[in-house]
Amino acid sequence: MAEERRQKLCSVILPTESMKAIAESVGVGSLQEESCLALSEEVSYRIKEIAQDALKFMHHGKRRKLTTGDIDHALKLKNVEPLYGFQSQEFIPFRFASGGGRELHFYEEKEVDLSDIINTPLPRVPLDVSLKVPKEQQKTDSTEPLKAVKPGQEEEGSIQTKGQGASSAEVKGKEKMRMKPRSTHELSVEQQLYYKEITEACVGSCEAKRAEALQSIATDPGLYQMLPRFSTFISEGVRVNVVQNNLALLIYLMRMVKALMDNPTLYLEKYLHELIPAVVTCIVSKQLCLRPDVDNHWALRDFAARLMAQSCKTFSTTTNNIQSRITKTFTKALLDDKTQWTTRYGCIAGLAELGHDVIKTLIIPRLSVEGARIKAVMDGPVVSNIDKIGADHVQSLLLKHCACVVAKTRPLPDMVDQYKADYGYLGTMLCSHVVKARAQAAFQAQTVNRTTLTITQPRPTLSMSQSGLSASSGSRTPNIIKVPSSLTLMSTRPGTPTQPSPPATKYIVMATSAGAASTQQVITLSSSQSGSSVTSTVPSNPTSLQPLVKLESGTTGAVSGSRPLQKYIVVSLPSSSSSLENKGSGVLPSSTSPISMESAVKLERSESPAANIQSPH
Amino acid sequence: MCLWCRIRQKNPKKKTYYAAHVMTPLLSAPGEKMAAVQDAPMELDSEKETKPEILSDGTSNLSGNTASGTLSSPPLTAGGAPKQEDQQTLIAVLQFLRRNKLTESVDILRREACLEDQEDSQTLDGSGGGKGDGDGGDANSLLSRVSIASAAAPQSTLTPIPVKSEYDQPDVSVVLSAYSQQGDPSLYQVYYTGLKNFIESVLDCHRAELSQLFYPLFVHMYLELVYNNHETKAKAFFEKFSGDQECYYQDDLQILCGLTKKEHLKGNEALLDFRTSRFVLRISRDSYQLLKRHLQERHNNQIWNIIQEHLYIDIFDGMPRSKSQIDSMSGSFAGETRREVNKAKVFYGLLKEPEIEVPLDDEDDEAENEEGKPKKKKTKKDSMGSKSKKQDPNAPQQNRIPLPELKDSDKLDKIMYMKESTKRIRLGPENLPSICFYSFLNAYQGLTAVDFTDDSSLLAGGFADSTVRVWSATPKKLRKVKSAAELNLIDKESDDVLERIMDEKTASESKNLYGHSGPVYGVSFSPDRNYLLSSSEDGTVRLWSLQTFTCLVGYKGHNYPVWDTHFSPFGYYFVSGGHDRVARLWATDHYQPLRIFAGHLADVTCTRFHPNSNYVVTGSTDRTIRLWDVLNGNCVRFFTGHKGPIHSLAFSPNGKFLASGSTDGRVLLWDIGHGLMIGELKGHTDTIYALKFSRDGEILASGSMDNTVRLWDSMKAFDDMETDDFTAATGHIPLPDNSQELLLGMYHSKSTPVTHLHFTRRNLLLAAGAYNSQ
Repeated sequence: MAEERRQKLCSVILPTESMKAIAESVGVGSLQEESCLALSEEVSYRIKEIAQDALKFMHHGKRRKLTTGDIDHALKLKNVEPLYGFQSQEFIPFRFASGGGRELHFYEEKEVDLSDIINTPLPRVPLDVSLKVPKEQQKTDSTEPLKAVKPGQEEEGSIQTKGQGASSAEVKGKEKMRMKPRSTHELSVEQQLYYKEITEACVGSCEAKRAEALQSIATDPGLYQMLPRFSTFISEGVRVNVVQNNLALLIYLMRMVKALMDNPTLYLEKYLHELIPAVVTCIVSKQLCLRPDVDNHWALRDFAARLMAQSCKTFSTTTNNIQSRITKTFTKALLDDKTQWTTRYGCIAGLAELGHDVIKTLIIPRLSVEGARIKAVMDGPVVSNIDKIGADHVQSLLLKHCACVVAKTRPLPDMVDQYKADYGYLGTMLCSHVVKARAQAAFQAQTVNRTTLTITQPRPTLSMSQSGLSASSGSRTPNIIKVPSSLTLMSTRPGTPTQPSPPATKYIVMATSAGAASTQQVITLSSSQSGSSVTSTVPSNPTSLQPLVKLESGTTGAVSGSRPLQKYIVVSLPSSSSSLENKGSGVLPSSTSPISMESAVKLERSESPAANIQSPH
Repeated sequence: MCLWCRIRQKNPKKKTYYAAHVMTPLLSAPGEKMAAVQDAPMELDSEKETKPEILSDGTSNLSGNTASGTLSSPPLTAGGAPKQEDQQTLIAVLQFLRRNKLTESVDILRREACLEDQEDSQTLDGSGGGKGDGDGGDANSLLSRVSIASAAAPQSTLTPIPVKSEYDQPDVSVVLSAYSQQGDPSLYQVYYTGLKNFIESVLDCHRAELSQLFYPLFVHMYLELVYNNHETKAKAFFEKFSGDQECYYQDDLQILCGLTKKEHLKGNEALLDFRTSRFVLRISRDSYQLLKRHLQERHNNQIWNIIQEHLYIDIFDGMPRSKSQIDSMSGSFAGETRREVNKAKVFYGLLKEPEIEVPLDDEDDEAENEEGKPKKKKTKKDSMGSKSKKQDPNAPQQNRIPLPELKDSDKLDKIMYMKESTKRIRLGPENLPSICFYSFLNAYQGLTAVDFTDDSSLLAGGFADSTVRVWSATPKKLRKVKSAAELNLIDKESDDVLERIMDEKTASESKNLYGHSGPVYGVSFSPDRNYLLSSSEDGTVRLWSLQTFTCLVGYKGHNYPVWDTHFSPFGYYFVSGGHDRVARLWATDHYQPLRIFAGHLADVTCTRFHPNSNYVVTGSTDRTIRLWDVLNGNCVRFFTGHKGPIHSLAFSPNGKFLASGSTDGRVLLWDIGHGLMIGELKGHTDTIYALKFSRDGEILASGSMDNTVRLWDSMKAFDDMETDDFTAATGHIPLPDNSQELLLGMYHSKSTPVTHLHFTRRNLLLAAGAYNSQ
């Protein structure tokens, strides 16, 4: 083989045609064939000689690439005038054209407008040479080698492959200081396949596969490279599915979070900024499923709350203060009167999971207030079934968590009257629970049973009839946490009589009140919240709370049939009264909203892509 | 240069004169440019009467010559009687001298040779010139006969290695004229095939040795064909047999393959070298006899002539060598080393440390050392002192080379050095050094050379855009000395005058030095940190002051790119080597070189001073390493074995060993005293640009273009080798293949080729290179 190559090298000679062409270009008209041959041989030889000299300069320049400068220097060695200014941006500056039976190579020179050159801003001055030294090493005299690689046959092989890989520990150790440009960590093909399989299995329909995938996530040791992808997958998934109220998928995603947390080789701290907002969303979101009266979204809230508590325990430090920030968030929502029952439930569950101390200091003092609220729903006029269910769940949740704490803290005689005086409406039930808990505690030191999350709901089919909500709303603001009822997310069914538009048109309206004071209040609340939870939660910019109408004429989403889909998202801030009402009903108040819708729609039709609209409330 | 040698060879009686003429005292300005002496042995070829004395050494006498008399016919005997040749030689020499205006020498030579009447006998060249190309016209054609005669003389035990320098380019036609005698070109393939078949049929033990013949024979036969205008035959010959050659000759074969015309031979220096220097083969006596018998039987005169004329066969008694042994030593441009070359005594020991009263500033020590063990330290210091008092038997005389006097500042530095060395970390296989990597960012200009000062306080980088930049590796900033006018205002009596002369306004972390007009290929700090040397493509070596950050001197002499330069460990002297194939020794206060070390057949790529400053080592593109004696300019060691140009050299701190790295990615270890290769470290996959021994010599660090730093257990490599005078006599020892055991660590950088390595005084390893973002 080597021989062949050598022979090839030997026979490389410039064609005689080029000699002729060059001769013509300098005015020598007819050149004999023999002269051409002799010339081409001579020239080929000289060129090879120069190339060999140029290689010397390359070696001494400590490069692997031969440059034009090297050739200039080699020419200089031979006392030949170097080729100044023959540096082209492109590899070969010639263009080819043929026509009229002639083939032509020409040098393409573009006409350049001088004023363009003058007016273009000067290019950035290239950075000067600088010397980079790992500072921490500069002073140390430690004998510990930077990265000891014991020489060994097998190891060496692995090291070599590692060295070529994108992020090897060795490289990081030594090159830490100079990794200035951000490097992209590319996954290998195998990893990409794995990632695809895992994510598909996790959100797919086959429960067996899912269990397997979750098992893999929870146990595989080599997932750290994929961790950022998983975390993004989860956070994006929650973001999308909360809007679509896809309870099943949310549950699957939370199970993924759980599996990731269970994996002892993964350290999630760097990805909490994505995971915690997702988890918190699943705890406190106002609506997690399509039919809040039937679906068991409460279990998801419980489960997510437990995850939250676990991550607080694992990752909360004095510097990131996760637990205190999360607690503050929950408490603020709990204290808010306008908080919906669903959110309220989530807040209480989230707080309760944080431990007995938290229950004692934050929930028990609120018992009487909450009791009064529940009583209002239970005993008052039937507003809606959903509210009732919500109140019912909150009540049982409170009883469940408070009972054992009260049992531990409260002195023994459990008088119902006493309880009633202390805790109001819930006192009676609490008393019986406490008695039961005491009995139980005395019976055995049984741990608080932790319900495992089970899917109580068949995977909802995403059909057109379900209001086309499966269409992904890409224009959602990145703010997932709509924590304390500052925003309401609701949908009007396509069948709403006020809508003359074709059935595929969809409105997501975030209703609000026009009351300046209340709006103001909401905004401050939410912004202060974002301030308090900056790092762990999603960057929630207060501007996203601005009433905003966005027109999306998109064929996006699953429902995009042949018809173009038009989607309106109307966001506005809730008023104190009507929004509460809205939340209760889950449907837009028929009296006010249609008007606003109409106006919004009109505006949309007047071709404003994104118009800010004040709700007429 | 080579003429000087020849003069000496031809006229041994005048040796004293020329020696006196040539050997300028080191510290005085030399009168002529030719200040150095070629390493040519003193034995001479054409002086028959001197022969018996010369050939006193029985083994080194080429014993094959006993038989060679029958076969070898000097090619130009037709040209004239030996007597006449001598005269022609002298005339040629005279003409050369005259041309160079060395009238005094002309007179002396003429007087002694009784040549008064013959000086204008130029008619001789018509009768005696080489066939076909009598175009020399003047002394050149005479010279040609001189060189041919000497090359062809069968008695020549040791031909000098003829060397070119810019002073006397031997005429090409002359050098090549020996090719003009030829056999039938169509039979060349038959000859070669015949020899090949023979060698392949001999016993295994001889085959490896005789296989060495292939390459030189192949090249010479090819060149003969080319020279005699048998272009197609030459091509066919090349195609048929080039594949048989050893892979490490690939580079040379590439040059050869482009060469198909007689005209190409002119001006191709590589081939001139091949022709002028006889390719050295080392073959055991048995193998040689076998070969001789074969060639005699076949009457294969063509091959025999080539062997006689262009090859030098160094015959040794003993077992034939194995293939691996041969491979480890071959690969150089001109064959192996002749054993005689490395016989000279080398004083590789270190010089005695000067007595310095270490001021017992214990308070200072204690301040630095919280534990406060002044007692222990003191004993250590004493032990060091006592060691240095004892004169090393292998060390040269203290004043063998005049060295500069120690200044007060040097003494202070020595004291600092001692203090630091007491804190030095003892390295070993279990205790590897930390590596601190200095990476040059944004070095679009191309970082070509780096050097650290001995105390690791300064760092210099040479760039392809002709600049030299100096950085401070410590928080202390670099400051210039104030201008003369400002200096006048300074109170010269004050204690802190040294501080006052510095201009605070100029303080910065780095300084640029502009002056070169081509890429800077070598930089070297002076040991006292006051000067910096840089060598460049523009043919100059520049000396920069690190006080004023200006250029002080431009040393011109190399007319071609200067690839490397290095300061003597005692300052004052420095050595440089470049594309003109010579290394030059300079003193900073002389604008002309003190010595010119000529002998390499291709570019001198790197140069280093021995720790005792008495020797200089050079590595070259001809894949050989030479050690030169600074005192007399002789080449005292000649090492072959690398398969590519040598780009890095390092002496062990005790001066006994040498490590060399080349483009083939191998590090070779050499015992200087015995002149032997004692180790081969394989592992790097690209050119090794940096080599450094740790301060105590236990660890050898190598840095390469393949972005790795590797640490080797040099202690083990040296200890494992049993070198004594006996092994030295045979010239080769079996090399164990233990690179893997010796490799202690390997450290990857992501994309930063390692350009330089340096051990601090406390044995922290510093590495430097330019980050390559592609």
